[in-house]
Parts: sequence; structure tokens; C-alpha cells
Amino acid sequence: MTTTIEVPTATQVHRATQAGIAHKKKARASRALVLPALVFSVILTQVPFLVTIYFSLLNWNQLRPSEIKFAWFKNYAVVFTGPDFLPSLFATVVITGSSVILSLLLGLFFAVLLDRKFVGRGLARTLMITPFLVMPAAAALIWKWSLLDVNVGMVNWALHLVGLSAIAWNTDLPVVTIIMMLTWQYTPFMMLILLAGLQSQSREVLEAASVDGAGPWRTFQWMTLPHLRQYIEIATLLGSIMLLQAFDPIAIMTKGTGGTKTLSYLLYERAFIGLDVGQAAAFGVVTVAVTIGVATIALRTLFKVFINGGER
Amino acid sequence: MLVKKRLLILGAGLVVTTLALSGCAGAGAKSQSVTLTLATVNNPQMKDMEQLKGTFEKENPGIKVNFVQMEEGDLRAAVTADVASGAGQYDVVTVGAYEVPQWGAQGWLKDLTSTLKNDKSYDVGDILPPVRDALSVDGKQYAVPFYGESSILMYNKEMFANAGLTISDHPTWQEVAADAKILNTADHAGICLRGKPGWGDLFAPLTTVVQTFGGAWYDSKWKAQVNSPAFVEGVNFYVDLLKTAGEKDPVSNSFTECLNQLSAGKVAMWYDASVAASILEDPKTSKVAGKMGYVHAPVYKTKESGWLWSWNLAVPKTSKNADAAEKFVKWATSKDYQQLVGKTLGWTRVPPGARTSTYSIPEYKEAAKAFAPITLDVMNSVNPKQPGLKPQPWVGIQYVTIPEFQDVGNQVAQLVADAIAGRTTVKEALDKGQVIAQAAGDKQK
Repeated sequence: MTTTIEVPTATQVHRATQAGIAHKKKARASRALVLPALVFSVILTQVPFLVTIYFSLLNWNQLRPSEIKFAWFKNYAVVFTGPDFLPSLFATVVITGSSVILSLLLGLFFAVLLDRKFVGRGLARTLMITPFLVMPAAAALIWKWSLLDVNVGMVNWALHLVGLSAIAWNTDLPVVTIIMMLTWQYTPFMMLILLAGLQSQSREVLEAASVDGAGPWRTFQWMTLPHLRQYIEIATLLGSIMLLQAFDPIAIMTKGTGGTKTLSYLLYERAFIGLDVGQAAAFGVVTVAVTIGVATIALRTLFKVFINGGER
Repeated sequence: MLVKKRLLILGAGLVVTTLALSGCAGAGAKSQSVTLTLATVNNPQMKDMEQLKGTFEKENPGIKVNFVQMEEGDLRAAVTADVASGAGQYDVVTVGAYEVPQWGAQGWLKDLTSTLKNDKSYDVGDILPPVRDALSVDGKQYAVPFYGESSILMYNKEMFANAGLTISDHPTWQEVAADAKILNTADHAGICLRGKPGWGDLFAPLTTVVQTFGGAWYDSKWKAQVNSPAFVEGVNFYVDLLKTAGEKDPVSNSFTECLNQLSAGKVAMWYDASVAASILEDPKTSKVAGKMGYVHAPVYKTKESGWLWSWNLAVPKTSKNADAAEKFVKWATSKDYQQLVGKTLGWTRVPPGARTSTYSIPEYKEAAKAFAPITLDVMNSVNPKQPGLKPQPWVGIQYVTIPEFQDVGNQVAQLVADAIAGRTTVKEALDKGQVIAQAAGDKQK
């Protein structure tokens, strides 16, 4: 682009249209190449969703197959007027929110520790990642039997050592139990993302800061944290998406009592214990709508961060 | 990368070949003889059956039996889908006592009444009458029990002697509660009771308690009775007993967890399935073997309060090999099968609680002398037609045979678990439960 304004000549216009045609051709070709993948993913993701919407309009209990009939929005009425949905939404927000925040804070702490050079760092890192690699169901069983068991669990044994009495975790503190276990499991995930962020930070900037007389805390607050912001945001988003689907610890430890009946557990209960396909589908559709709503807002802020990232 | 790709291709090729081969094998076998497909829960007794199927195949040349083992939930889904769609994949299925009457009434299971009656050597009258009642609808028997159980009170004789206590053969709940409070020490709990939310967990023993307190899930017109005074009194009693003398952290506990604590000598009493006795008496896994005593389920206003459960064999109506399937069902539940299990696998592994004659086999009586007499006695005295004080419109003790019950039972159990933890009162929990139960009751009218 030059600073003077030029009147385009006929040849230039011709060239431009030619370029336009070539561009269009190219675009068409790329679209054709993408099309099969697009069709495939539409069939794979959208058709089941449409079927789910159709199911959600049916009166269908698996053990009464002779009474399947069209019921319009009866199932949605149950979702919104019944006693299940709001407490479950609340439980989901509490459990997902607290676990994400706690695992993020712990993850940041461990990432900062692991960012330092020390003997055996590789081993320490591997050990720290382990909780994330254990299968969720197996991890929940380990927590139930080895850690939290009221008679032989290690946590209660440790409490006993410092003179405290044993805690009946699943009975008295179900929400705390689930949050504890999820935080334990997702801290390594947060730590990995934040560690990547820390290691991408330029050493020169940190050196310059220390030359200018900034202490470690001020360096962290004013240099490292702003640099980590993008990483924190992506970790929060991915963590929330994964934690929204948390199911195993609830099914194995608390069975949905005491405010641990999250949307994913409620959905399972409607479908496989209630055997009510219609109602489960309605709950599923509403859950998807809520999740899309939350994710859109979160994604939009996140993309804003990516676009304006350099400016901030 | 390349190696990985090659491996993948190799793997895919293998899968295809295996599929093709198994297809051929299936087709080949069918043209000469019958292959029965049996869908079953993966309980130890069923695994024994699979181990012994060779004897049946030898006695009946031309019939092969193929076992498909699944978890309980998967089995239910697979069988309902198969039967409802009429695919006829399975020839024999194992069905729990809760579902037999429902599936029978739906017309999903073959009526076995005449086949069983016409076979004199099978001796259908030998099957325990309460179990037969639980598996029949309007006089038609839809399944045969493979093994069955009731609930009993198990207690540690040593702990009772140390505390100077005795217990009668038919204790009342009040006596048990008083003993439990005395026996509850820092070292061991007074009693272990299930607190894990679930219709088959917490509500199996709790429903029997409610019934002996005079309560019931529904009256004879399907009106829910969940917040009626008797129901509330029963649940209050159970929750109070747990709080004052029960194990710690009850919401974590069901059959397996209580069994562990009992075997480790951490609890003095336990009210649960009679099958537990055979495990507690095994010195390899239990510290309390030989120290346990067994009495009838505690009562209050009724004479008996044990529950009734059985795993059964049934033939889906869609089976294409019904004759061979019936032959196998009869073989696996016959007197000869019990002899076969005893002689080849050991007498303690004979499936209990299905036939009266099991309890007169001398070797079995000797091997299971600690708990066999009481099991037979309890199983013969429970009444699945009317376990509580009032008549009920279904047959069954610790469950209601309507499709909605597992859902209702689960939700109310979650509410009661909140009451156990003290987050709500029993009355508040049951008021909410009443609404849930009534919605299901309305569908029965």
C-alpha cells in the first residue's frame, strides 16, 4: 500500500477481477476438500443431537415399551418445574467452580516450584502428574478405601496423629469430599499448562527486573502473572469443560447425596435408574443449552484475550 | 510413527479376520446343532455354572451353551433391548426377583409352569414356596431360582459374652438397639447397617424395618405411604440406631463395606443378607470365623421381617431355541446340579436358598452347619405376599415390583442419607419422598 491515491487503470481492474476469479476458484476447491470432513462431523455430532431432541418429546420409560407416545413438552415441564434441576445446577456450579479455582491455585503453586532448577526435577514432575493419569474410577476407589475410610484410611490416621477425631467424609462432608478428590486430580493438569507458560517467559525480562531492584514477589506480581494470564484463562476453560463432566467420584463415593448431584450425575440417574429415556433426553438438551451459554461467554472473552493479547 | 501405523493395520486386520472366523464358526455350529446364548450377571455362583456346563453338553449332545457375563446394569439394558426389539439374541437370561414379575406380566418371559410341573423328576414342589410366590404372577411361574437369600442378624458371640449379653432367636429391634448401645465402644461399633443411598443398598434393610414398624411404600390402592406415621417411625428408629450405635460414616457403607468391618472384628452385630454368613465363616478371609452367631431378622410388630431375594433363570419369549433353553434351565436348577457342584467344587459352593432338599444333603448340612438351618427356617417363614401389617397390591418384600421403584427408592434413599448426616430431619426427607413416591403410584392406577 502506497500513501498516494492512484486511480486504477483498466488493466489493473482486469487483473484484479482475474485474481478474484482465481481466488474464488481456490476457495471453492478448499471448500470441496473440507466438505467431507464437515459433513462427517455434522452427521456424527448433530444427528444424535436432533435424535435426542426428538426423544425428549416422547413419553418413554424403558420398562413400559407399550406406552411410548408423543408428549410434546411434558418432559421439559418436569425439568423446569420439578425439584431436581435447580439444586443440581447449583451443585454443578459449586463443585466445578471450587475445584477449578482450587486446582488452579495449587497448580500455580506447584508450577512455580517446578520452574526452579533442582536435582531430581524430572522425577518430581512425573510424580506430580500421576494423579491426572490415574483413571477417574480407580482414583475414586483409592480415595474411598485407602484415604478416606473412617477406620483404616490414611487421612483419618493423619488426623488422629495430630489429636483430631476421625471424620466421616462421605456422610458429613460429601461436597468437600468430591471437591477434594477433583482438585487432587486436576491440579497436575493446571500445573502443566501454567508450567509451560512459566517456561516461555523470557529470562532477560526477569533479570532486568531484578537489576532494577524488584523483589521476587513484585517480579511475580507485575511480570509473571500478567504473562501467565492467557495460560490461566485457557486452563480455566479447559478445566471447567472437563470438570463439568465429572461423574466417577460421585457415583462411587457419595451417590449424589448432600448436594453432590451434579447435572452429569442427574442425567445418568434419569436414564439408567429412572430408565426414563424421554426425561433424560430433556435434561440432556437443557444441560447442553446451559453449557453452550456458559461456554460462549467464556470462549468470547478468551478469544478477545488472544486477539488483544499483545496489547495488554 | 511407521511402526505404530503398521501395528494399527495389523490390529485392524486381525479384528476383521477374527470376526469373519467367528461368523463362520457360528454358522457352522448352527447347521449341526443348537447353540444357546446365556446372558448372566457375573456373580461367583454363575461362574461356577459356566465351569460345569460341560457336563450338560455331554449329557445333551447337540446342545452347546455360550455364556455372556455382564454387570447387573448392562445385563438389564441388553436383555430389555433384545426382548423389546424381538431380536432373540439370548436363549436364557438371569433375572433378579424384582424384575421377574414385571417382565412376566409384560409378556417378555416364557411361562414355565406346565414344563416344570410335567417333569416329575424335576420336582417343582421342592422349590421354596416363598421364592416360587415371588416369581409367579396370577399362578404362572416365569422363572426358576438359581439361588436365593433372606436377611438375618449376625452377631459376634465373643463380644456378647464379654459384655455379659445374650440374644434370643427372634430378637426385637428394641432389644437389638439396647444391646447395640452397650456394645458400641471406641474399638468397635455396636451394629453395622447399610447407609449407602440406593434402592438395593440402604432401602433393602430399611424397607424391612419400616414393614415391621407397620409401614409400607403403598397402600392397596397405590396411595403412597412414605410420610405416614409408621414409615416415619421406622426410618427414625433406623437413623437413630445408626447415630447412637452404628458404624462411622454409614453413607459409605453397603454389603461389602459392612462385611469387611465384620470380618475384621470392628463391629458387634450386622443385619444383612444371609449369604454373608458363608463368607464370615471362611477362616481364610475372616478373623471372626467360628465366633459368629445367627438369629432371625429383628422384629417389632410383625412375626418375621427377613427379606427375600433370588437370582433366577428365565427363557425370553423371543428365544429361537426355547426347548433346548428349558432343558438347560431345568438342569442348572435340578437336584443333580447341586450334587455336581458339591462333588466337584466343594459343598459350601452349592447354590443356597432355592430348594428345600438342599438342606437335607448330609455333606451340605455338615459344611454349612453354622448358617444352613437358620437360612432355611427364615426363607420358609417370610411372606412376600404380605410382609407388613396390611395387604399390598404387589408380591415382594424389600422392593415394589413397579418399573418406577428403583428410581423412587434411589431418590428417597438420597434424602434419608441427608437425614443420617443430620442435614435434614427424617420427617422433612420423607415429606419430599412422599411426593416422589406418589407420582410413581399414580402411574399404577
